This record gives sequence, C-alpha cells and structure tokens, in this order.
Amino acid sequence: MHPILAHRGRLLPYLAACAPLAAILTAMLARPGGLSLVEAVTMAVPLTFAYAFMGLSAWYPCRQLPLARSRILPLVLTHATAAALVSSLWVGLGVVLAAVLGLLSRFEGLRDRFVGQAVALWAAGLLLYVLAAALNYVLLALEAASEAERREAELAILAREAELAALKAQIRPHFLFNSLNSIASLAATDPPRAEQMCVRLGEFLRRSLALGEKKSISVGEEIELSRAYLAVEALRYGSRLEVEEDLDERGQKCLVPPLLLQPLVENAVRHGIATRVEGGTLRVGVACGAGRLRILIENPLDPEGPARPGGGRGLANVRQRLAARYGEEALFAAKRLADRYLVVISVPAEMPA
Amino acid sequence: MTGPAEGAAPLKVLIVDDEEPARAILRRHLEALPGVRVAGECGDGFEAVRAATTLSPDVVFLDIEMPKLDGFEVLELLDRSIAPVFVTAYDEHAVRAFEVAAVDYVLKPFAAERIALAVDRARARRAAGASVPTDGLKAAVRPAATPLGRIVVRDGSRVHVIPVDRLDAAEAQDDYVALKAEGRTYLKPQTLTSLAAALDPVRFVRVHRSHLLRLDALARIEPLGAGGHVAVLADGTRIPVSREGYARLKEKLG
Repeated sequence: MHPILAHRGRLLPYLAACAPLAAILTAMLARPGGLSLVEAVTMAVPLTFAYAFMGLSAWYPCRQLPLARSRILPLVLTHATAAALVSSLWVGLGVVLAAVLGLLSRFEGLRDRFVGQAVALWAAGLLLYVLAAALNYVLLALEAASEAERREAELAILAREAELAALKAQIRPHFLFNSLNSIASLAATDPPRAEQMCVRLGEFLRRSLALGEKKSISVGEEIELSRAYLAVEALRYGSRLEVEEDLDERGQKCLVPPLLLQPLVENAVRHGIATRVEGGTLRVGVACGAGRLRILIENPLDPEGPARPGGGRGLANVRQRLAARYGEEALFAAKRLADRYLVVISVPAEMPA
Repeated sequence: MTGPAEGAAPLKVLIVDDEEPARAILRRHLEALPGVRVAGECGDGFEAVRAATTLSPDVVFLDIEMPKLDGFEVLELLDRSIAPVFVTAYDEHAVRAFEVAAVDYVLKPFAAERIALAVDRARARRAAGASVPTDGLKAAVRPAATPLGRIVVRDGSRVHVIPVDRLDAAEAQDDYVALKAEGRTYLKPQTLTSLAAALDPVRFVRVHRSHLLRLDALARIEPLGAGGHVAVLADGTRIPVSREGYARLKEKLG
C-alpha cells in the first residue's frame, strides 16, 4: 500500500497540493485555438485528480529501483516506459471524458477540440510523471529513515536488556575474592567466625542467583539481599562498618527492578565507609507515600581519600535502568556533600497485584 | 656483588592492609617462613608511610584500595630500597604494578606457598641489588585517560596530599620538583617531565623547560625584553615563559 493512501491524514494535503497543477492544466488547455475557459476547467480538474492517483503508481518502480543501488540504463528505461504508459492512459481517459461530456449540448464538439491538445497534454503527462517519481523517491527516503530510527531504538532496548542480564550475572568478583581471603584467615584463628562467614556468603550468593530472570522484586527482598551482603562485609571490616535502617512497611512491599539497592549499598561501602580509617554508619531509608516510593542511601566518606575506580559506573547503571523502566517518572540524584555521599531515588510506587 | 651472605639478617617485612583478617593471614604465612621477621602492620596509607620511614623494612606487602592513600601512592613515597609486593583481590592493576617494578603481585585469596614465592622473589631482588625504576617511570604509568587527581608528597614521615586543582605551578630543581600550592612549596623527588605527563593537558601548560603552571591560576602575561615573556599568577608569582612555552600558552588560551 502506498504510504499516502495508508495514512488518512496525508491524502487531503496531497490532493490540495495538486490544486495548482489543475490551474496550470486549465491554462494549457485554454490556449487560443483550444478549449473555452469553462471547458478547460471542467476537463482540467478531474484530470488533475486522476493524475494525482495515477502518479502514485510510480511508487512501485521507485521501490524496485532504489536510486542509490540501481544501474542507470534499467532505471531510465523503466521509468520512461512507465511515464509513457501512465501518460497515454491519462490522455486516453481525457478523450473518453471529453467524448462523454460532448454528449451534452453545452460541450458539443469537445472531443475533437480536446484531441487537438492531446500531444501537448501527453508531453505534460510525461513531465508530471517525473514529478511524481521524485515525490515517491522522497517518500521512500523518509520511510527508510524512520525505519532506521525504529530499529535503532529497538537495538537500544535489546542492549539494555543484555546489560541488565550481565549485571544480574555479575557477582562482583573482587567482593568474593576478598571475602574468601577473610575466610581463609579466620579458618585458623577463629573457626566459628569463618564458619559464620561461609554461611552468610552462601546466603548472599543464593539470594543473588535466585533473582534469576525476575523483572521485579519487592523492596523487602532487595533489603534482605543487601543485609546478606552487609553481613559478610561486617566480618571483613569489623567495627568500622555500622548500618542503620529506617524502613516503612508499605515501602518494603513496593516492586522495583532487581539489584537496585544492593549495588548502591556496595558502592557506599567501597567508596565511602572503606575510605575512612574509622569507618562509619551506612544509612538506608525506604518510605512510601502519595504514590511514590522513596529510597535514600547515605554514607560518610573521606573527602581527602584516594579516588577508587568504578564508582560512577555502578551509579550510571542504576540510573539507566530506572530511566528505562520509569522514563520521566524516575528521579535519581547522587550527591557528594562535604564529608558524605547521598543517593536519593524516587519512583512511582508499584504495589504487587 | 658484595652483598651480605644469604640468611645473615632476617628479612624485615611490613604488612599494609585495611582489613584485619587480611593482615592476620599474611602475618601467619610470613611468620611461618624462616628468616622472615614481620616488623609491623598498618591499616591505612599514611600509617604505612610513617611505619616505613621509622622501621625501614626490606619488603612491604601492600594492599591497593585503602583509606588515605592507595597502594600506588604509598609506593611512590617509599624509599627505593624497599621492595614492594602488591596483595589485592583486583587483577586489573597487575600491568601497572609490573610497570612500577613491583617484586610480585599476589591475588587474594592466596596459599602459604604463594607468599613464600613472593618472599623468595624479594630476596632475589635484594641479592641482585636490582635497580628500582626511576621516579619518572613510576609516575608516568597512570591509567591512560585519567589524569592525575592529586599529588602525594612526603616530608620526613609526614604525608601531604595536594589536590591538583590547588597546584598553581611547579618548577624543576635538580632531582626534585618544587610544587607550589596555596602559597606553600613542597619538594618531591620527581622530574618535571613525568609530572607534566601525568597532569591534565587541558589545565596545565609547560611554559618553560623548568616550569609548568595551571591555566586557572594565571592572571596575566607580561612581555619581557628580547621576545621573552613572564607569566604572573593570581598570587603575584612570576614565572618565566620560553618562546615555545608562549606558543603553547597562546594555543591553550585560544
């Protein structure tokens, strides 16, 4: 189907754009020795609109022979043949119309007078075909562009999905290695603590893996995962790591994309608490109200400590995933204050069905 | 080679890691080795530099991610005679560690034998009296595309950390660079060329063979006889500008 015919809104402007052609055609037919003005208008208007539709048929050869990829000879031959064919058909149509109108006393002899103009009209038809072909090539180019755009958007979504899958699969190797090292250390000096750490690490891994292909989990589950993670870190960092939670009941029921909180908590430990000799308190807040879910993560940091690579990437990933899921509705703010770091998330509250 | 006979003196080792269990297992493995003495343990970068200065160990086992200073910054401030062994969970720093001529790069978790191997390597380096790289090489190997964010300077056993946005200018002085920041001058054993290479080229310009300055600190440029120029900083400091330096300055200032 031709794109102009496929969209209702496009047909009227297209026909309106043909109106000047009707005027030119009238002038052509009303030349001295030709038709009277009334006859010319009566013939020109239907003929113009007839051509408007016939010209659309150029769509098919245009689509078959893309300008950029066709050889010149077949291109010219095909379009020349089509032009001659369309133009002949058009002039024929005009002759039939003139003959029919000629039956009325007012238009007596119109057919003969019209035939006198047929050659000029046929030539005009060829020119109009060139116009029509150009229009069709423009439409094809527009369609190709929007198609490319759509494909690009589709690819972006696929890429994001792949990234999410990768994120889910990634159980931060450095965290694992450091934890295993602590376990190896405690195995000799403090076997009960080594055992405890194995159990907690196991719990964290099991929870992470269980997220599997889930699209959403409750904030409560996400908090549990973060707690399992923090329990392991607590054994590594000892008294340097303290955690304070301020969670409301409704907020914990809300659904969020999996691994939203845990990477932020991990960031807060690695880039915040761990940069301070004396450690500090990590605060996690969850609240739900007025249709919004709000999450806050706050940690102290050493403003003069060395920068650790990779912090921005984790935040950017969470920001991207929130934007992908909630679009404009997602608010994500990460702010470094003098001696602490603050991450605030506000998204529409999604309750389980 | 006229080094001390093997085994004559125990190898003095310093352990630097901010996690207590990580220090404990290193100590255990090291103390089990003959001829090794653990001289001390530190939990952050500043403490490590202090301890290294007072204890002068032969080998330092260094974590990379730590409070105050990271392992590479600590290494930059250590006496060249101390052999560094990095001990970390991150394998991505291995190339850089090799380039600053670390004796070894041990990945956590590790076996006792791996620590014994690292100690053997440190002994071999000492026996060979191997040269530790010049400072220029050390500073030159920063991860590409991330310009230096801060400069660490040792003053006795004290450490100064100078964020680069407070560094106004630097001048080559024999084997040192004199770093000028907030009206103070700090001396660091480094070449100006290696410092210039590590700094953000958008913000710092080498205006002379022995001078560089931060563009934001520049107040004006005054002509000097014979086609020379002098750069005047916001605090009034005057810095000579060579012909090439002037061309570079004009290019940066657009």
